Amino acid sequence: MLRDITLGQYYPASSVLHRLDPRVKLVATLAFIVSLFAFGSVSSYFVATIALAVVIKLSRVPFRFITKGLKAIFILMLITVIFNLFLTPGTPVLEVWKFTITMEGIRTAAFMAIRLIYLIMGSSIMTLTTTPNDLTDGMEKGLGFLKVFHVPVHEIAMMMSIALRFIPILMDETDKIMKAQMARGADFESGNLIQKAKNMVPLLVPLFISAFRRANDLAMAMEARGYHGGEGRTKMHPLEYKKTDKTAYVILLMYLLLMFLTSRYVKIETWLGF
Amino acid sequence: MVLKTEHLNYIYGAGTAFEKQALKDINLDIPENQFIGIIGHTGSGKSTLIQHLNGLIRATSGAIYADGKNIYEDGYDKKTLRSKVGLVFQYPEHQLFETDVFSDVCFGPKNLGLCTEEIEERAREALSQVGLDHSYYRKSPFELSGGQKRRVAIAGILAMHPDVLILDEPTAGLDPRGRDEILDQIEKLQKEQKITVLLVSHSMEDVANYVKRIIVMNKGQVLYDDVPSRVFEHYQELETVGLAAPQVTYVTQTLKSQGWDIDTSVTTIEEAKQAILKALNK
Repeated sequence: MLRDITLGQYYPASSVLHRLDPRVKLVATLAFIVSLFAFGSVSSYFVATIALAVVIKLSRVPFRFITKGLKAIFILMLITVIFNLFLTPGTPVLEVWKFTITMEGIRTAAFMAIRLIYLIMGSSIMTLTTTPNDLTDGMEKGLGFLKVFHVPVHEIAMMMSIALRFIPILMDETDKIMKAQMARGADFESGNLIQKAKNMVPLLVPLFISAFRRANDLAMAMEARGYHGGEGRTKMHPLEYKKTDKTAYVILLMYLLLMFLTSRYVKIETWLGF
Repeated sequence: MVLKTEHLNYIYGAGTAFEKQALKDINLDIPENQFIGIIGHTGSGKSTLIQHLNGLIRATSGAIYADGKNIYEDGYDKKTLRSKVGLVFQYPEHQLFETDVFSDVCFGPKNLGLCTEEIEERAREALSQVGLDHSYYRKSPFELSGGQKRRVAIAGILAMHPDVLILDEPTAGLDPRGRDEILDQIEKLQKEQKITVLLVSHSMEDVANYVKRIIVMNKGQVLYDDVPSRVFEHYQELETVGLAAPQVTYVTQTLKSQGWDIDTSVTTIEEAKQAILKALNK
């Protein structure tokens, strides 16, 4: 199940999107998500769909990787759709026992589903085309202004990149320990809840110990290389906006403008009759 | 227990960007009562191979027969297989979890569903086989030295009375003395219990002194599968795949190339000494 979540899984490829400054991608993802919620009309979703399709094409990431993340939110989506479908007051379309499906209900449910799907797909593209390190670098630089308000931006970014770095390591470690205990006849599947929790002890104790050991080693290695926090720390590859990044910002602005205009002036709904 | 693999293939991460064929058409016969070394460079597939042998990894295609029965058949009891094919992973001391040494060794036999006396009997026996006496029984595994921890972990597998014992780099990270002690104990065990031992290593030197058969792995394939002296004849090919023959092979080969009439099939220092003396006396 853990492997189904595409968020945070980089897909190596050579594309314009991969080379883009992580800050641009962060801002664009945020803008895309906001635009989905701010401009809710059929015509603007049409624009969003085209934009998403173009970005997916540009990213050169296979489509199934982008939709992988959807599996994880399927239940959430189902609940949202069902609640919206049955609990929105308005013109009734269909009546089933005590529940009524309304025109407005169908509309909100459909919009909600599209929003969620696009949200996941949009953010998946960002994480698939950006390495975790680039991502935290982008955040560190992009949120650097918060230092004025005494927010420890560098420390947060460092913690995030270490945490992200440790996810695959700890997953490998879990796999290894699990196999080793299975070789000794451990059983992680059968039994009731209490039994199962008890059976986890041979897995969790070595896992915690190894996490602490790794943390210790890492801290030592960082200090040995003279790490002393963010003050005065320079980067080997400092983030700088290039021409493509500026072009990307212009395209983003144009997209937002188009979303705004279509939601305001192109009313496909009235033509279709709802 | 006799193990046999037939056209074993394993593809890692199938359908992702990281797809890699880890094993290619592996055909091996592992009989009873044999001391075998599996040698290969990092990433040659040796660790993947041994995890197939006790059913922890399922092959993408091919079959494994344990005493003639296909382990991939529906209803095959993998748990029994795992108790018969004992696998000691790399750095096994990282898997210790109990509060004291004795209980940790008991974990394996306990999972076999034995009675308490039998479990404790086996734990005591296994700990003595690895050379740890009762003064260690109530110690926390975390107070022990690296080599002692590793022996506790090996004892944890021995207590299950496996017919085939597989050790993945049992000497990694140990000093020369700890390495020799562990290998000597494994050899003694193999001789006394008449079990099959598969020793996985990347060091020819380690393996040459102990095993009777060497399986050389390279890029997921079996490169050589023969007695040590025959494998070491290919010392030049071994170098091209990032391995090396024991130093004595180089010594005897060099002497031979300089015109000495010397037996080059020797694998240990003792044998080499005899061969050199013999050549000198000729």
